[in-house]
Amino acid sequence: MVSPHPLVSLLAILLLALTLASGLIWFERRLLAWWQDRYGPNRVGPFGLLQVLADMIKIFAKEDWVPPFADKVAFILAPAIIVVTVLLSFAVLPFAPGVIVSDLNIALLFFLAMSSLGVYSIVLAGWSSDNKYSLLGGMRAAAQMLSYEVFMGLSLMGVVLLAGTFSLNGIVRAQRHLWFIVPQFAGFLLFFIAGLAETRRLPFDLPEAESELVAGFHSEYSGMKFGMFFVGEYLGITLISAMIAILFFGGWLGPGLPPLLWFFLKLFCFLSLFILMRAALPRPRFDQLMAWAWKLLLPLALLNLLVTGALVLAFLPRR
Amino acid sequence: MFGIVRTIWDVFRHGFQPRVTRQYPEQPAYLPPRWRGRIILSRDPDGGERCVACYLCAIVCPVDCIALQATEDAAGRRYPEFFRINFSRCIFCGYCEDACPTYAIQLTPDFEMSEFRRQNLVYEKEDLLISGPGKYPGYNFWRVAGVKIGGKDKGESENEAPPADLRQLLP
Ligand code: SF4
Ligand code: SF4
Repeated sequence: MVSPHPLVSLLAILLLALTLASGLIWFERRLLAWWQDRYGPNRVGPFGLLQVLADMIKIFAKEDWVPPFADKVAFILAPAIIVVTVLLSFAVLPFAPGVIVSDLNIALLFFLAMSSLGVYSIVLAGWSSDNKYSLLGGMRAAAQMLSYEVFMGLSLMGVVLLAGTFSLNGIVRAQRHLWFIVPQFAGFLLFFIAGLAETRRLPFDLPEAESELVAGFHSEYSGMKFGMFFVGEYLGITLISAMIAILFFGGWLGPGLPPLLWFFLKLFCFLSLFILMRAALPRPRFDQLMAWAWKLLLPLALLNLLVTGALVLAFLPRR
Repeated sequence: MFGIVRTIWDVFRHGFQPRVTRQYPEQPAYLPPRWRGRIILSRDPDGGERCVACYLCAIVCPVDCIALQATEDAAGRRYPEFFRINFSRCIFCGYCEDACPTYAIQLTPDFEMSEFRRQNLVYEKEDLLISGPGKYPGYNFWRVAGVKIGGKDKGESENEAPPADLRQLLP
């Protein structure tokens, strides 16, 4: 397969990621409805697909209000940060052999760094809104995302040990014979939970927590700034799903079908899993959330790393 | 822990169960004959207006959405000069139908009255009057009421005895 020019990949991936993120809103609503014995949006266009477009037009027509009491610069910057950081991570994702913007040799670290930067968006949004609910949401986000960041990185180290590289391309290639889900099942579970918390998805949507905090950190946002948070959230889900597919399920590898198709097939499975979590699980209390992160999941991640390290040392040939 | 997995599985299985949503305009809902919907004014079997403009419906209406003005024709029959229902206020409680002594005002199984302009929800007598007797075929208030109108004297109503001659009853 001839690999396209990186610039072509860049434009294609940018376009694809944004379309996917907005299409995901429709996908999520339909899927949630399906699991709740309803239909969901099915009126606008074929299968209600144009619903997203209608919502987009609506949100663009809304008044874009900046509260007079807000810290203007941070308030306007916050929604941009989340979209930018998540989109930057897409640069290192290998969609198929050659279809990648930049094959960094530390791609995994880059991804972790970018997802940590995403916290700033939420915290700044909560802080600059000058609203107690926003501030509470921002505080929760900071605590939640920082503590889940810790073992998110640790849970991936098992994969790095097995693959012997930080490059995502290399990690996919290392799974030619065996997907890492088999030796790293615990790592997968930990990463999935951390991914849920990182993207602030239900059941870990405590920074938003509509039932207690109005809309959490984005209570004061309206119009397209609010839309940016949404796009950022859905981009984040897409990113984490893609990461799961790449790190644990062999990325584009698969028999028969073309690699790109395999990748998207896996991607959609995990997107659906994210949405299923939302349909099925209630939100935990905040102290429970923190207790799980530090008292249960972090030790588990360390244990996983320890055992993997020992086994790799004992059985795998030195590289 | 097992409970969480079990919940997720149960929710997943719900995808394969029939949906409860009814696709409304394509699959219309069943409305029983006694459904309380759009209000009509009926006519008696002879084609005359049943309403005798007694104001009972207007008085009983909890939201005051009926307005009418009584008048009388040459034969002495009372009828409403105008009869107006503001459907943007009507709560379809059906009290007016209960109060009506002549079965004139009736609620029907129809609720699809959407309008773009609120003003269009004010129905005049021409909009309310239907051509038939509605739920009570055969009933004609003027034929059974012992009221004297043009063409019908006292004692000429159905099941009505002729008026007693007071002098005949003297002991
Ligand atoms: S149905 Fe109730 S609210 Fe409507 S006009 Fe009759 S009495 Fe009034
Ligand atoms: S509709 Fe019935 S209750 Fe109302 S004024 Fe006419 S006769 Fe009286």
